Amino acid sequence: MNQVAIELRNISKRFGRIQANKDVNLSVYNGEILALLGENGSGKTTLMNMISGIYHPDEGQIFIGGNEVSINSPHDAFNFKIGMIHQHFKLVDLFTAAENIVLGLDEPGKFDLAQVSKRVNEISEKYGFDIDPNKKIYEMSVSEKQTVEIVKVLYRGADILILDEPTAVLTPQEAGKLFDVVRRMRNDGKAIIIITHKLHEVLALSDKVAVLRHGEYVGTVNTAETNEEELTEMMVGKKVALNIQRPEPENPEDRIVVEHINCHSRDGVKLLDDVSFVARSGEILGIAGIAGSGQRELLEAIAGLQKLDGGSIIYHDPKTGREENLRDKTPIQIRELGVRLSFVPEDRLGMGLVGDMDIVDNMMLRSYRSGRSMFVQRQEPEALAERIIEQLGVVTPGTDVAVRKLSGGNVQKILIGREIASAPTVLMAAYPVRGLDVNSSYLIYDLLNEQKKNGVAVIFVGEDLDVLVELCDRIMVIGSGKITGVVDGRSTTKNEIGYLMTKTVGEEESTDAE
Amino acid sequence: MSVLSSIMAFIAAAIIQGTPLLFGATGEIITEKSGNLNLGIPGIMYIGGISGIIGGYLYEHFCAEPIPVLCVIISLLASLAGSTFIAFIYSFLTITLKANQNVVGLALTTLGVGLGNFYGGSLLKMFGESGSISLLVTGNAYKTKIPFLSDHLGIVGETFFSFGFLVYLSIFIALFAQWFLNRTRVGLNLRAVGENPATADAAGINVSKYKYLATCIGGAIAGLGGLYFVMDYTTGAWTNNGFGDRGWLAIAIVIFALWKPRSAIFSSYVFGGLYIACIFIPGLSGSTKELIKMLPYLVTIIVLVFTSSRKKKEHQPPAALGRSYFREER
Repeated sequence: MNQVAIELRNISKRFGRIQANKDVNLSVYNGEILALLGENGSGKTTLMNMISGIYHPDEGQIFIGGNEVSINSPHDAFNFKIGMIHQHFKLVDLFTAAENIVLGLDEPGKFDLAQVSKRVNEISEKYGFDIDPNKKIYEMSVSEKQTVEIVKVLYRGADILILDEPTAVLTPQEAGKLFDVVRRMRNDGKAIIIITHKLHEVLALSDKVAVLRHGEYVGTVNTAETNEEELTEMMVGKKVALNIQRPEPENPEDRIVVEHINCHSRDGVKLLDDVSFVARSGEILGIAGIAGSGQRELLEAIAGLQKLDGGSIIYHDPKTGREENLRDKTPIQIRELGVRLSFVPEDRLGMGLVGDMDIVDNMMLRSYRSGRSMFVQRQEPEALAERIIEQLGVVTPGTDVAVRKLSGGNVQKILIGREIASAPTVLMAAYPVRGLDVNSSYLIYDLLNEQKKNGVAVIFVGEDLDVLVELCDRIMVIGSGKITGVVDGRSTTKNEIGYLMTKTVGEEESTDAE
Repeated sequence: MSVLSSIMAFIAAAIIQGTPLLFGATGEIITEKSGNLNLGIPGIMYIGGISGIIGGYLYEHFCAEPIPVLCVIISLLASLAGSTFIAFIYSFLTITLKANQNVVGLALTTLGVGLGNFYGGSLLKMFGESGSISLLVTGNAYKTKIPFLSDHLGIVGETFFSFGFLVYLSIFIALFAQWFLNRTRVGLNLRAVGENPATADAAGINVSKYKYLATCIGGAIAGLGGLYFVMDYTTGAWTNNGFGDRGWLAIAIVIFALWKPRSAIFSSYVFGGLYIACIFIPGLSGSTKELIKMLPYLVTIIVLVFTSSRKKKEHQPPAALGRSYFREER
């Protein structure tokens, strides 16, 4: 039982100028759960990719069962019984669960999917999974897809399992189910590495915690002998206050009143179902919900990017007191009405910024219409770019660097910096701290609070319930396109929000079963 | 009876016209299943034709008494080698060097047509002969009918069993490809490469190897379409640009058949029929004929409109079609 399953010694890896991992030492025993903890960009995923054969370490040794090995490809990793469950699922949408599970396998004997399904069902029974081997991936929920990933590595006989941020996309209930399965696998003698940056999960699940900071190995502690404060300190190097500021709203007044809007996908699925709410000035309205419950459509509807089937979106102009219906207007029409709307979309390098253009050009995406002649004016956007870099502490060699080459946090700072530079009256931000480290996240919270103090109506779509509860004045919960509740941020609890998030989903599942 | 016989003659002609298209379409489907959009197929089909001609010509020219079986084997091997080589160039440029697939494909089509016409026009002069290429021994060997079935089954035998062996080979290859893609382990892996190469890579599949093999084998199969055209259809004669735009039709059939080799069989004959419909409809004026000739292209456009509006996932092209795969992209 207590045998070392895998050990890393002095592993280092560089990508160009970026040192992703430096002198990392780790060991995991059979029948043990190791949590690999670190801020975003601390090199956790890179490290695990080296174990699973996707990258190759520049320096250092890997030992499996006491023998030094070289893992040059994912295929090698299978042979060493290593299985990785990626954060972004590596599944072929068009294939069934069973087809995905046998993909790339070179089993002896006839290729027989019925036989595969049988074995999948056996594994599911053993560990308590709920999975239909013949269901296609594109018909599955996120949680089902994750289950397929886990069964896939178990099917291949993996003894060392690596889970990369497994709960990032799950509801609290689904995460709980996942933890049960992980514990059952541990009790079965598997060595499990779980990558995460959620402290409460680390404490709830793991036996040992290894911490990485900026690619360097900080140390390993036993979970039973540590606490949140110590782990946070190991992670960020200095004590970060866990409290997010929440100033009291000043003279809130209605800024955007949304009434009874509906929206369908091309396939006729309801994306927004009779949604009504109010966003007030000087207030942060949080939107909570499982990913893909209609948050994106909701923000895009207000921004003029989503066609609606009914209802109204009334904007109350703070200066003139006029009321404008923004429904079915294009972003340019909305701007011409004098509505100062800023939108920080979820897809930063897809909708927010152009990755291959430099910082100045990205600034001009908002201001290119304001030129005086047929030639573009570069001085003003350049000055703005420099101001943002300085004020928000963007790490970049200069303003002429393609945005794509910057890290996630810096990209986000540039996007938010540009959006708030236009002095908005409404600021919508979708997952603005996703993929950001703790320090950058706090900077973003401060920026949002600053806008709030300036009387901006801030709409914040978030995924971390702790943050929502601490940052927002009111929290609106959306489930399957329906508003399932609006709660006061000061008095609500995570459990209450978690319950509201899953309420509609639960009902839908039971109707599906009928 | 004359109506029946002219219908049967039309069907036979459609099959003859459809056969090069079927080779091209099957080859392109196999290629596209690996995520490579090979627009060089029209050029590769020219190369397949001219390589076969060159092989056959050299044998007939230097051998006093050419043996028909050897004529077929030599020209067939020459054709496969020629088209595989061009497909290999495409693979090297797009898979190893990760060049843009559309640009490389179009360049190879230009190259293939040019090379075909160059050798077609100059082959005889190189050997001090004049006139135009005509490989009668090889051509007639390719046209050999199935002995018993072709002349003992009356009109059925004449319509369905009176073709050279390449016609049956094209159907066999299409059916085999259908089975291979959907019923074998390697076929599953190949489809995964075209759908989601990162996933295939993570699953331990050698993405580059699969792409190379699928593209080269697909190219070789497509080249047989050119070979059929010059050897069987025109009985061993080469005319510059004679193969025309059939290669593009083959690519259109891939879409029409929704990336299923089995459906490509029927689709190819439909397109083959449309291609020559103007000859079989009596009393057409010159301009109407030209309008009828548009039909295959018109049908392709209509099919494209329908398949892209009908959002069924299974009817879409391989998800990673046309994109190069970079492993360490972050």
